[in-house]
Amino acid sequence: MIVTIEKCMHCGACVGSCPQNAIYLNDFLPTFGEECNRCGRCVKLCPVGALELEVKE
Amino acid sequence: MRRECDVLVVGGGPGGSLAARYAAEAGADVLMIEKRPEIGAPLRCAEGISRAWLDEVGIAVDRKWVAKTVDGAKLVSPSGKTFYVDEKMAGNEVGIVLERHLFDKAMAASAARAGAEIMLKTSATGVVKEGEKVVGVTASSFGEPMSIDAKCVIAADGYESQVARWAGMDTKLKMNDITTCFQYRLTGIDIEHMYCEFHIGTAAPGGYVWLFPKDEDTANVGLGILASKLNDPGEVKGYLDSFIKKNERFAKGQPVEAIAGAVSVSPPLDETTMDGMMLVGDAARLIDPITGGGIAHACLSGMYAGKVAAKGLEANDLSKDFLQEYETLWRDRLENKLWRNWMAKEKLITITDEQFDVIIETLDEAGVDKMSVYNLLKVIKERLPDLVKEFEDLI
Repeated sequence: MIVTIEKCMHCGACVGSCPQNAIYLNDFLPTFGEECNRCGRCVKLCPVGALELEVKE
Repeated sequence: MRRECDVLVVGGGPGGSLAARYAAEAGADVLMIEKRPEIGAPLRCAEGISRAWLDEVGIAVDRKWVAKTVDGAKLVSPSGKTFYVDEKMAGNEVGIVLERHLFDKAMAASAARAGAEIMLKTSATGVVKEGEKVVGVTASSFGEPMSIDAKCVIAADGYESQVARWAGMDTKLKMNDITTCFQYRLTGIDIEHMYCEFHIGTAAPGGYVWLFPKDEDTANVGLGILASKLNDPGEVKGYLDSFIKKNERFAKGQPVEAIAGAVSVSPPLDETTMDGMMLVGDAARLIDPITGGGIAHACLSGMYAGKVAAKGLEANDLSKDFLQEYETLWRDRLENKLWRNWMAKEKLITITDEQFDVIIETLDEAGVDKMSVYNLLKVIKERLPDLVKEFEDLI
């Protein structure tokens, strides 16, 4: 997962919406755990579009 | 670092603070941890509340945390038709627009006064269980790892609701039950500052645009959109920007704050207790699915949880069985309304802009003497039985 630091509002919308509970937010940036199955839900609902699915080579 | 307490409250919002306060008042050794370095900040709230429930939870109105009182509400349809509910004229209690950062601090201060300890910049990182029983959490305090042993954990960690999930409960939400929000505090705008405004329709699909006055020319202007109605990333902010741009009243407005967030608009959880743990407020999904409001419910459930925790300590029993008293208390008080409003929300998200215009016109003709979702639905059911057949079972 790619987080655009400049866009992230640290609001936690991604954390509570993650069906895998794979996202953790300290008071700076969300981090993604191994449980992330790249479902893309957080990408869609981030209010400011700060998240992108990383394209695997 | 390791420490012990009777009651550990995770989260320093109003739900957590009320839980901490009522447990401490009853003599428990209470620790409340908050992951942010400041209680009440950053803001993630439109800040409007009704006054009706404050006495019930033992909160005395303090001008320090009241930004503004309002006389009532104004509903605006997609084509601009309006409907006013004037609470003051009807002799009802008026609404309050809060200074949330001060309100939350005042709630935490009452918890502290009752004897609760507060730790800031301390976030839970996991739940510790013995068998099925929750016995504490692992945490990080100013970057220092620690573990906290507790006889009872009260999870007041808000929308994120991670503590419950770490403990093995299912707090997952459907996309139809999540609203994603963005808000500016706009100043220098032309507003009717005695009313909170609600704009319904496709300006905010599946949700609404709100305008809650903070003073004569400043308001929280924001919107929530149902996650299942979103298509592109970042759309939520885009919807608000275009709503503001289209509205002449905001032409001279400037933002002094921008916030984002999400809120559940789901039914409440089937279970909010397990051995050694209770969930309160947003963490238990106690948000009104129509308004997205949750402060009253957080305070009520927090109070109940704090009291039940203290009773459990006295009885030396914090089993799930014992904690059923908490489950019963909040369900008796809130559950019917939460379920009814969730069912009503499921219908409302299917209504078109043209239908909303008819509904607002009808409400304006019929009048409602007290602003509540129930009263509004009742009028709609009586006056527009064909349009909203589905409301039949809800009233």
